[in-house]
Amino acid sequence: MNDEFVLELQHIKKVYPGVIALNDVSLEVKKGEILALIGENGAGKSTLIKTCSGAVIPTSGKIVINGKEFSHMTPKLAAENGIAIIYQEFNNVKGLSAAENLFLGNPIKRGFVIDKKAMEKEAEKAFAQLNIKINPKALVGDLTVGYQQMIEIAKAIKQNAKVLIMDEPSAPLTTSEVESMFKVCELLKSKGVSIIYISHRLEEIFRLSDRVIVLRDGEYVKTLITKNSNVDELIHLMVGRDLKEHFPPRENCIKANTTVLELQNVSGNGDHDISLTIREGEILGLGGLIGAGRTELAQVIFGAAEKTSGKIFFKGKEINPRSPREAIDAGIALVPEDRKRHGVLLGVSIKNNISMPIYKRISTASVINLKKELNTANTYRDSLRIKTPSVNQEVKNLSGGNQQKVILGKWLAAKSELLIFDEPTRGIDVGAKFEIYKLMNEIVEKGKTILLISSEMEELMGMSDRIIVLAEGRMTGELKKDEFNQNTIMKMASAVVGG
Amino acid sequence: MKSNVISQIKSKAIWLVLVVLVITFAAANNRFLSSNNLFTVARQVSMYGIASIGMTFVILIGGIDLSTGSIITIVNVVCAYLMVKMGFSMVTAILCALLMASVIGLINGLMVAQFKMPAIIATFATQIIFEGAAYLLSGGTPIFGFDARFKVIGQGYVGPVPVPVIIMAVCFLIGGFILNKTYFGRYFYAVGGNEEASKLSGISVKAIKTLIYSLSGLFAGLAGIVMLSRTSSAQPTAGKGFEFDVITCVVLGGVSVNGGYGKISNVVAGVLIIGVLTNGMVLMNVSTYMQMVIKGLVLILAVGFDSMQSKQSKAIG
Repeated sequence: MNDEFVLELQHIKKVYPGVIALNDVSLEVKKGEILALIGENGAGKSTLIKTCSGAVIPTSGKIVINGKEFSHMTPKLAAENGIAIIYQEFNNVKGLSAAENLFLGNPIKRGFVIDKKAMEKEAEKAFAQLNIKINPKALVGDLTVGYQQMIEIAKAIKQNAKVLIMDEPSAPLTTSEVESMFKVCELLKSKGVSIIYISHRLEEIFRLSDRVIVLRDGEYVKTLITKNSNVDELIHLMVGRDLKEHFPPRENCIKANTTVLELQNVSGNGDHDISLTIREGEILGLGGLIGAGRTELAQVIFGAAEKTSGKIFFKGKEINPRSPREAIDAGIALVPEDRKRHGVLLGVSIKNNISMPIYKRISTASVINLKKELNTANTYRDSLRIKTPSVNQEVKNLSGGNQQKVILGKWLAAKSELLIFDEPTRGIDVGAKFEIYKLMNEIVEKGKTILLISSEMEELMGMSDRIIVLAEGRMTGELKKDEFNQNTIMKMASAVVGG
Repeated sequence: MKSNVISQIKSKAIWLVLVVLVITFAAANNRFLSSNNLFTVARQVSMYGIASIGMTFVILIGGIDLSTGSIITIVNVVCAYLMVKMGFSMVTAILCALLMASVIGLINGLMVAQFKMPAIIATFATQIIFEGAAYLLSGGTPIFGFDARFKVIGQGYVGPVPVPVIIMAVCFLIGGFILNKTYFGRYFYAVGGNEEASKLSGISVKAIKTLIYSLSGLFAGLAGIVMLSRTSSAQPTAGKGFEFDVITCVVLGGVSVNGGYGKISNVVAGVLIIGVLTNGMVLMNVSTYMQMVIKGLVLILAVGFDSMQSKQSKAIG
């Protein structure tokens, strides 16, 4: 009975310190089927497919390929057993031709010399098999993303892939390119290749797949026959958790008839025509899937990326920040998503991190007032409850939650009025999460304002006063607190706009 | 606590190396510890020391300045030319030369910060340009015949202490002050540690980089003036290869070539080690070529030690 399946993942568990990324997830792939894998951000899709390539070693569980059992894969084992993954980032060399890329690492040689002619001939055959027209001599860098993806697929097939795993393959493609990609998928299916297809575009799932597996919070939810299901059911399964996490209560801090930030038709950095307002003391949630353009919007407001059109008003005045410095001086702060790369200075002390934006203010003729520097640091260490023996401690010695507090301290010291939180609790353990939520409440209770970007549905709904949803760089909906609903948000987030 | 002790020892280890080196040379050659020789070492070292301050800043932000030697040369030639051939007063000539050195540094800074050129290539280009310019200006021959007062800078004494040593000490104090007491110092460490996070904390990374390369030019220029006064003659080869010794001093002093870490006090030790090593090898009749081999090995050791440490701290972090 096992030989019916070309690939089986059995009871895969992956534990990271403090987080269970995958808990007892199993799936089977039949020969020549297209199996869709769906779930919210952080549901464990990427981790699961990475166990197939060897990029992630499961804590426990088995991987069975054509009846052969493995405790974990390596990239080499995966290739030998016919498993290939097409990632969103292509594994190609832009300066080489299509043919050379196809034979990357494994060129046809005559003696010591690479046989370009033979490779081009073989490449032409490989492309013809997939019904795609690519000039083997064309430089990959000159080809569109769609063609580059085709080359990746051709490479996998040439290496005898029996199971092709595609991670959000349609995300970078235009509508017509998506069509061609579907045709290739269907062709491969007819040739007996199995495909695991990951996408957040639900209509693609219905168009293409035979079965759907839904993951949620690292756990297996359900397997469905695609044609017997519908969008509402899938969304319900993806988000259908009980809201069990508790959020610290907060009085309504919104001051009526005030506007802290107003965007009028702002475009740029991948976003189009965004208009929104935030009132004083409000926490406005920004929902959406990864790649929806939320971080990009934050960068525009913070002066870290360019706005191409539209207007930004801050406290009634039009601003046009061209650098983070200008935004900071206006009173805007960003708590970035990638804490270690963009947020804290790891090798620098807590004290210096906190004072970094205000050094000019606490210096006379460029000489720092060391007492003020120390007092500032101690003030925020105490009020934010940063756990450290000394503010002279380097930030890299702190836990994620405490690092996040250092960033908060930095912006509170800078007297920021609007704080943009981009995934503020990512990678932070549960106890520290609650601390961060409490601090966010304290911040708005003091009359400051928060724009909260979060991919965690519970956090978004639990903390926000109002939610705006983006999809593919455009606004797709706005919800008041009493309208919050996981299904509605998910539906807005997976809406296809423009197309 | 234990790791604290170890890191204490590590940060002082460079001074231990210096002591061992001094004892070794003292045992090998009885002239080494003579007061005469020690003053020679101090005077030699002063130029490395002055130039190493600018280089410390540059390496702290993860950059490199290969034009130091050429800046020294062009400062020698220009300052001498202004005094001897143009009849400029000593002070005016010195100020003009220092201004030029800073401008060359500024050009380096603009190339690196504004135009995003790799520092190693940009400063390599200025190195060649100003080496050539020095030959063009001097016609390939030495320029000499300065005012007796000019000699004070490189050859004079205040009490028993040579003037160049005083200049070096003052420069180190200024360097330490900038790094530890002014917000520029905080910015330097921040930019060296993480440019992107620095920018998002409101630091103008470009301005800081430009400033640092300008300072590197200025300190190199100052070292050039001291050299000119010591040698009393401007040679179009005066500073050739000087950047190598200066970079070695700084890296030996524990400034991480990846940027972000380093203390100016330890750079003093790095400078003294190179001074003692050079002098000791001369006393022991080690040939010039052998000296080059040994110095190259010293740099490899210093960088290797730094790389290993940053690898370790990455494994932990």
